[in-house]
Amino acid sequence: MDIKVYSTPTCPYCIRVKEFISSKGFSYNDIDVSSNPEAAQEMVKASGQMGVPVIMIDQEVIIGFDREKITSLLDS
Amino acid sequence: MIKIYDLIILGAGPAGITASVYAARKKMDFLVISTDIGGQAARSGDIENYTGYQFVTGPELAIKFEEHMTSFGININMPEKIIEIRNENNLIKTITEKNEYLSKTLIIATGKRPRELNVNGEKEYKNKGVTYCATCDGPIFSNKDVAIIGGGNSALDASLQMMNISPKVHIINITSDLTGDPVMIEKVTDAENVIIHNNSEVKNIYGDIFVNSIEIKKNGNIEKIKVEGVLVEIGLMPNSEFAGFLKKNKHEEIIVDCFNKTSIEGVFAAGDVTNVPEKQIIIAAGEGSKALLGAFKYLSTHKF
Repeated sequence: MDIKVYSTPTCPYCIRVKEFISSKGFSYNDIDVSSNPEAAQEMVKASGQMGVPVIMIDQEVIIGFDREKITSLLDS
Repeated sequence: MIKIYDLIILGAGPAGITASVYAARKKMDFLVISTDIGGQAARSGDIENYTGYQFVTGPELAIKFEEHMTSFGININMPEKIIEIRNENNLIKTITEKNEYLSKTLIIATGKRPRELNVNGEKEYKNKGVTYCATCDGPIFSNKDVAIIGGGNSALDASLQMMNISPKVHIINITSDLTGDPVMIEKVTDAENVIIHNNSEVKNIYGDIFVNSIEIKKNGNIEKIKVEGVLVEIGLMPNSEFAGFLKKNKHEEIIVDCFNKTSIEGVFAAGDVTNVPEKQIIIAAGEGSKALLGAFKYLSTHKF
């Protein structure tokens, strides 16, 4: 399963979403959009919005710390 | 037939979680309904005044709260938004977007949320240039001109953050002077790329897919400013809209007495949603425990 988390170091929900994914036993690719403007644009394009965190699980885009959706995709 | 709980707790920030831990230890039959766990504490930065922790971040403290709560196997319905609460016979009815519940007592601990501007384009461009968490989303606007709305410490904090990464930072301040910490005011005033618009308010937010400009009214004149980010930092408002039948103060905070009783029997409130002075995590937690003890006593002294 390919998991990406677009985040900023100062965003509390990013920290929690990463902790949440780890607690489910999954690893993820953490992309810091504050130090990578290209990744920031990629995130905006994929999610159609400008807020972090954005989580991508095998091409499925999740905006924000949406536990239900993350859990259902991780469990599937 | 609809189940009748001893207690329903609305909200799972420091006040709601503390109430739930006390309720679990008293083996009450209760339910927590919330949109999230941790509330504003989870969105805080560094916390250095919560007893027992010399230093902890907001997310870390929220995780600790959640662990404490789940160690008791507490039932929490989440995310679930509350629409209305009302009296029903001798009971309290909680109506959410998903369901209806009945309980003998209720603790409202729904906290506060960032205040909105209430201008055209704001809702449409939320997360499409408009953000209420400069700390979170600020870095996404690096190399873009931004407007920071507000004139207090939070707005100044956001300005200090953004002036290092944005070409131009406009501060839109409704009063005649900035009102934050003097050291911060000096820093933003000295910065060449910060433009302070005092006596100014936002009237419209424009864009195509994302924000591209705002319209402000400055000293009575309309002005258009090109920005791609609008960072709103104009304070907080209580999540109390659903509690129309309770007495509130002019700030829409639920009025409670020192036993956390509201104007309606059996309904208690705690934390930032109330008129209790000083909005602090430790105070919210303490108020949550007081409210629970109050609800517990109420149950034991009333017949249903």
